[in-house]
Parts: sequence; C-alpha cells; structure tokens
Amino acid sequence: MAEKKTATIVLLSGDFDKVFAAFTIAIGAASAGLETSIFFTFWGYKAIEKGNLTGTGFFGKMVGLMDRGGLERLNPSRFSFGGIGRWMFKKMMKDKGFALLPELRQTAIDLGVHFLACEVTMKTMEIKREDLIDEVEAVVGVATLIKASQNSELTHFI
Amino acid sequence: MAIKADVVQDSKGQMCPMPIAYMAKKMREMKAGQILEIQADDEGAHADIPAWCELTGNPFLGEEKAGDYFKYYVKKGA
Repeated sequence: MAEKKTATIVLLSGDFDKVFAAFTIAIGAASAGLETSIFFTFWGYKAIEKGNLTGTGFFGKMVGLMDRGGLERLNPSRFSFGGIGRWMFKKMMKDKGFALLPELRQTAIDLGVHFLACEVTMKTMEIKREDLIDEVEAVVGVATLIKASQNSELTHFI
Repeated sequence: MAIKADVVQDSKGQMCPMPIAYMAKKMREMKAGQILEIQADDEGAHADIPAWCELTGNPFLGEEKAGDYFKYYVKKGA
C-alpha cells in the first residue's frame, strides 16, 4: 500500500488571525485525507496552552504574566486596541456564523490532526508539558519537522 | 434532480471550513456507493465541495437550488 500523503504546518505566530488560518488549513488538509501535523513554535504556543500562568524563573513568569491566557485571549495582528479588537473580531465572526478558535481546534483534533510542540520554545518560555492541552502528542525538535515536511504534499509556515 | 440521498448533512448557516469538516467526518462513516446530501448556503461551497471531491476521489453528482440554500450530492467512492 502506498504511504499516506501528508501535510505539515508550522505555526510560529500567536495572533488570532494567523492561528485561525493555521487551524482552517489543517482542517481542510485533514478533510481531504492528508495526514496533517501542526508544529507549534514560539508564539504559536498560545494556541495549545491551557491558559494558566506559566514560567518558573523571574523572566519566564514575567512572560507568562504578560502573555497569559490561552486560545481565548489571542489578539488580532492588526487593530488589537488593547483587547477591544479581539472582542470586535470575535463578535463580527460569530454574527456571521463562523466557527471560533476553540471549535476550530476541536474540529482539527477530531479529524486527527497531529499537534506537535517545539522543545526549544518550551525550554525558553519555561512552559511545562502540563501547561499544554492533553492532545499535544509529542515534544519534538527540528529533525522531526524536516522529516515530516520532506514527504509532505503541502507545507505552510504561518 | 432526482437523487435519493442515504445521509443528509445540514450545514446551513455554517461557514468555511465547517461544512467541509463535517462532510469529511460523515463520509468516513459511510459505506462505498452511499450518497451524501449536503445542505449549505455559504458561497464558498459551490467551489469547495467539488474541489474536495476531486482531491479525495469521491464522485460529485451535482448541486441543486432549494429555496435560499443549495443541495450538493456526493457519492462515496470505492
């Protein structure tokens, strides 16, 4: 049997709009039968955090406090206005019948999208495995990403 | 169009990517030869549902206007 076709997405951004794009593309790929993985790195972490305060040292705790909250607290990359933009975009999308981020993430999970977390980010930001949602399958490094993307039909860096 | 569907999916009011996601989930549960009717009113569905069929090799049987929404017929391939 031929090996299953794959799709690989790297999510570096933690902006509402970019996370939205990443989950939407992942859902599209998984729906089309591609074995789909998302690698969450740096700010992309926000999309798989439970939302509790993170960090162990002084700086780590400061980052955790400044950037607290998980998926629900993501700000748009433009028109953020200290949180007002987030509320506005959520409302605009909800009124038009769009699925919001928690539903998109759950749909991706239901369709079997693999969630992989970057080791370097976790160490840098002092994020523990238990700070991440249970659906994260593994903590990995760049070699795993290259191996996955080498055989992929589709790769995206967001 | 006189197509009798085995399974009906109501995606009216939903937006991309949800109709496609629900369709993919439904089709996984269906048997080969069965027909799925998707009811959707988002504009993207006209292009998206046939595109999905082409990608996955499931035959697209056609679309039909039904009031303020459309019915799309997709057959589960072998």
